[in-house]
Amino acid sequence: MSNKLRIFVPVKRVIDFAVKPRVNKAGTGVETTGVKFSINPFCDIAVEEALLLKEGNKDLVENIHVASVGPSKAQDILRQALAKGADDSTLVEMGPKDTELEPLGVAKVLKKLIEEQKSNLVILGKQAIDGDNGQTGQILAGLLKWPQATQASKVSVNGDKVEVTREVDGGVETVAAKLPMIITTDLRLNEPRYVTLPNIMKAKKKPLKVVKIKDFDGVANRLETLKVAEPAKRQAGVKVENVDELVGKLKETGTL
Amino acid sequence: LSTLALIEQSNGTIAGSTLNALTAAKELGGDVTALVAGSKAADVAAQVAKIKGIAAVLTASSPAYDHGLPENYADLVAAATKEGGFTHVVAPSSAFGKNVLPRVSALLDATQISDITKIESEDTFVRPIYAGNAIETVKSKDPIKLLTVRASAFPAVELEGGSASVSDAKDPASEPQSEWLSEELTKSERPDLGGAKKVVSGGRGLKNKENFDKIMFPLADALGAAVGASRAAVDSGFADNSLQVGQTGKVVAPELYIAVGISGAIQHLAGMKDSKVIAAINKDADAPIFEVADVGLVADLFDAVPELTEKVKA
Repeated sequence: MSNKLRIFVPVKRVIDFAVKPRVNKAGTGVETTGVKFSINPFCDIAVEEALLLKEGNKDLVENIHVASVGPSKAQDILRQALAKGADDSTLVEMGPKDTELEPLGVAKVLKKLIEEQKSNLVILGKQAIDGDNGQTGQILAGLLKWPQATQASKVSVNGDKVEVTREVDGGVETVAAKLPMIITTDLRLNEPRYVTLPNIMKAKKKPLKVVKIKDFDGVANRLETLKVAEPAKRQAGVKVENVDELVGKLKETGTL
Repeated sequence: LSTLALIEQSNGTIAGSTLNALTAAKELGGDVTALVAGSKAADVAAQVAKIKGIAAVLTASSPAYDHGLPENYADLVAAATKEGGFTHVVAPSSAFGKNVLPRVSALLDATQISDITKIESEDTFVRPIYAGNAIETVKSKDPIKLLTVRASAFPAVELEGGSASVSDAKDPASEPQSEWLSEELTKSERPDLGGAKKVVSGGRGLKNKENFDKIMFPLADALGAAVGASRAAVDSGFADNSLQVGQTGKVVAPELYIAVGISGAIQHLAGMKDSKVIAAINKDADAPIFEVADVGLVADLFDAVPELTEKVKA
């Protein structure tokens, strides 16, 4: 295989991380009307890492393709990634009445796109902050039978070998694998850049292909959501005046 | 109904979160078979066989499984699941479980349900979404249910009282695809953050790493507590990322959680609001942390915490 990287970056449109989601009245999900949506923060880090690989290594990266499975409005986050420097993109469009796919279905869709793109490195977020599943990258690696390095805090490419430092319980570990491979991003990997208005204008000419979800087979959901509820509320307790009272109150609870 | 439970171990020591996941495995109601892999699998299997409620232990004694490399490990789990006809596969929601089990999902074409906090029935599970701002109940139609278990939501199993049989797992012995090079783990004499009964966490209010160490460590030692940190403190370099408590870090539910100089961002609350008792020390009386704290002290932490440390020691 040629050592040139064809990087594939899946991205997801989610409720903005600064918005506190509220459960809807029907108890079937969260309120989405009038709520700000943005690119999932971990996906933004994945886009940034692809760009850094391209900018930091002359002739290493042949193409950066970004893709999303989501509503028509997910075009916005693809346009942003194109404006930052990705080369081309695909939206697998879901209809307004379609139920969001589970990670296994999303991974099957992505696998097909990755094969069409002839990608040899996939970088994606370790989890989306809506469903908090944290599965798609690993499922994709399993479907493609590629090696995987999850929760990356450092990535270095050396020929067809990639070294990844991973955030694990209690510290970090470093693993290596040969291309093609899958990397999922953790928070400390990089700090995503902001997109500038002139670049957004320029990116309007970059390719954004829209395909329909119904062209993909075998991606049906397996789970039924029975209900979505508010978490149990914690009662605010008492405020104390000084450390002695704090110690006293904690002793009353039996925890000190 | 029969359950395969993954035992995470390092160098012969069972990871704490596995003991919580085993409680969930037992709650499902069927026989529980534990899977132990690595060069010290036999030693660990002997410990696991003594856990009450474990029916059988499968071992794969091979160094290929020593660092939980996901490619080999997922192949092993998928093979063992097919061989044993298991209906449920359970793993802790640790870095190891999160890495391996979704890959098994691909190999078995079975959906995983991540980070469960409650078992309603053999096919219905409760889990937090949106950083714990909503709680979802889902029913799985898949013949095989793959579950990762949030450790703080289930008690740990007792290590005595059982006598399970131990036998060899069918080892697919796949070619390794990735290579483990090294690790740097934070060494600490203090309790492990995930399983500690008491946690003291520091935030941006500590201002720098020197203060964090000087203020938080003596309090932790006086209480016998683990040390945690907010994402703001980690991002500012006050504390190691492995200490991060929150949606994207560790989720803890100790008996006592003391938040020092932490304002209480949504994503931090997601990691600690199930603690039994929460105390907060912050100089900003309007900080959101006081909305979840059982006991709040509005004070300058640089005065209050050293005083608290002295009074705990006394």
